[in-house]
Amino acid sequence: MKQNLQLSDDGKLKHFLSIEGLSRDLLLKILDTAESFAGMTEQSVKKVPLLRGKTIVNLFFENSTRTRTTFELAATRLSADVLNINIATSATSKGESLLDTIRNLEAMHVDMFVVRHAISGAAQFIAENSASHISVINAGDGQHAHPTQAMLDMYTIKQHKTDFSQLKVAIIGDILHSRVARSQILALNTLQAEEVRVIAPKTLLPAQVECLGAEPYLNMKQGLKDIDVIIMLRLQKERMKSALLPSENEYYKCFGLTPEKLAIAKADAIVMHPGPINRGVEIDSSIADSHRSVILQQVSNGIAVRMAIMSMAMQNMEAKA
Amino acid sequence: MNKIVIENGRLIDPANKLDQTGPLYIAEGKIVASGHSIDNFQADQTIDAENLIVCPGFVDMSVRLREPGHTRKGSIQSETQAAAKAGVTSLCLPPDTRPIIDTPAVVEYIKDKSENARYPNVFPIGALTRQLEGKELSSMYALRQAGCVTVSNASLPVANLQVLRRAMEYADTHRLLVMHHPQDHALSRNGCAHEGANASRYGLPGIPAAAETIAVAQCLELAELTGCRVHFSQISCKSSVMMIQQAKKKGLTVSADTTAHQLHLTEDNITPFDSAFHVSPPLRSKTDKMMLREGLANQTINAICSDHQPHDIDAKLGAFPETEPGMAALETLLPLTLQLVRENAVTLTQAIAALSCNPAKILGINKGTLTPGFDADICIFDPNQSWIINQDNWLSAGKNTPYWGQEMQGQAVYTLQNGKLIHT
Repeated sequence: MKQNLQLSDDGKLKHFLSIEGLSRDLLLKILDTAESFAGMTEQSVKKVPLLRGKTIVNLFFENSTRTRTTFELAATRLSADVLNINIATSATSKGESLLDTIRNLEAMHVDMFVVRHAISGAAQFIAENSASHISVINAGDGQHAHPTQAMLDMYTIKQHKTDFSQLKVAIIGDILHSRVARSQILALNTLQAEEVRVIAPKTLLPAQVECLGAEPYLNMKQGLKDIDVIIMLRLQKERMKSALLPSENEYYKCFGLTPEKLAIAKADAIVMHPGPINRGVEIDSSIADSHRSVILQQVSNGIAVRMAIMSMAMQNMEAKA
Repeated sequence: MNKIVIENGRLIDPANKLDQTGPLYIAEGKIVASGHSIDNFQADQTIDAENLIVCPGFVDMSVRLREPGHTRKGSIQSETQAAAKAGVTSLCLPPDTRPIIDTPAVVEYIKDKSENARYPNVFPIGALTRQLEGKELSSMYALRQAGCVTVSNASLPVANLQVLRRAMEYADTHRLLVMHHPQDHALSRNGCAHEGANASRYGLPGIPAAAETIAVAQCLELAELTGCRVHFSQISCKSSVMMIQQAKKKGLTVSADTTAHQLHLTEDNITPFDSAFHVSPPLRSKTDKMMLREGLANQTINAICSDHQPHDIDAKLGAFPETEPGMAALETLLPLTLQLVRENAVTLTQAIAALSCNPAKILGINKGTLTPGFDADICIFDPNQSWIINQDNWLSAGKNTPYWGQEMQGQAVYTLQNGKLIHT
């Protein structure tokens, strides 16, 4: 990551593309700002005029109802005008068409792109090729990063566990294909979590994953020992077809979160999941619906965290203009 | 003008173990004498090569000219002109043009067109299999008759080892060298970066070293079985070097080249998501790079090639994985090779050999040396001349180099082909 692409010369957020290269202070500031918005969403009037008159484009090259909805709600609550554009594209779509799309939208004088794309690096590519007044927020690019998801997860962890430096966190599932896991690992390391583990069969672990700052475990029971936060990842059903796993059933036996395995973690461990969950594939229904699960809180927190990130990035853009 | 004398230059001719200051005489497109004065030579033209190095013109084993078929990326005219400027006088054109080089007609078309361009010798590489599909043998005898000295399946797979075996046996029947680009396509599928810490960090689909080394191992076994001469193109991995070294010790007639950029850049040098660094094989680890340098120094790797692949802007415009691999590398070939000398990886003589007599010998062409009687293909370069890559001095139609805007050291001042100046 080019150090300065996401940040202005004075170190403020301009784009939000990846956790990489962002300081602990900046991440904490995002969490603090999110907290100030969180109370507001409980009130009857849920809007603040911070981004009144601004146009935010949700540019989704990959379907995602939930992420797009929370971005849309966050933008609306900041009083911005929101345009949703869904462009279903194949993996072979060319950069030139992506660029043409950007150029056309720029010509409509928009202020921010919220981008989701199936190719790693797409959000950075758009940030590099957009007009200088446009802020780009990465809503997930390929297998690279999903930094707003990671920040809402950090926010949720902070609600339940006060001190990151005492925390042992385990991320379980398809780490290899997960942009969420990559961003979470970076965020947890930046926030100085005591230990980050990834638990998965070898077929779903990236090469040299320890270089990212996560200790790999192939055995879930060993990996869950002393854990404070359990993050389950969604398993895509296509993985069976591509010879990465034999069956859902076998996966559930080895890497599904069952009450028996949950008992190995600390007694007050929380269970998280970026959703949507596959009940009975990666997580037992009784856990997903139990008091240990904070999955729905993650969804609600998504709005406040995205409000924080969008308003911070846009304010710094304005300051520059 | 048909009589030329090049004076005062430092002549380096590795094939003849020559390294001395002296004159070089050329007449009727051939070298007449090198290193010593001869009497009664009435030169039509004198080139003063003081402080310059005079060596055989470079033989580049892999250059995509993009013609026929992909002329928005480059043409025979534009790319051979870039080659001349780079000191390259002979180049091999891989068969993955459109149409594919699998019939004599295509070979003749390319030879005609390149002769009209009046620039370096173009040696079309014949397709190893029909349409490069990896299924049926190409008409190798006819290709050889048309002028192909070697055959290859370019970077396309011959997945069925029985087909590869038969193709190697048939190629050897007609004394054709097989150039093999080792890559297992199931292991490298969808990949765009070396499988390692960096690909993991940036979520880039990885290509493991094993994708190459398994293909090297298989092909070495087949080389032993068939007795076919095999040249491994653009190897990038430590284990490939080690296996080829072993095979040579065993007495197999195998050779190898690597690209100039693999001898310098590693996965750690990639500016994240900068498509200029997207190459195939991918930039590997530091350990691999060090072994490639060692392999070059101990002659396991015989040649350095540019693996020149010019692209149009659109091909490189996009997020890293969706861009096309390859870099425009002709014009950085000499400076990057000289940098190896400055970094004490190889001697100057070894470096020049890897660019001239070694590839010429592998290809079996009468090039790459200053021996009297040989074609007067000469590169005269200034090893110390600094230049910054920019729009004005870059001749290839492809601007896709990660070195754009950077300072290079070393440049060809004159290039002669068959005794004619093709670059000054």
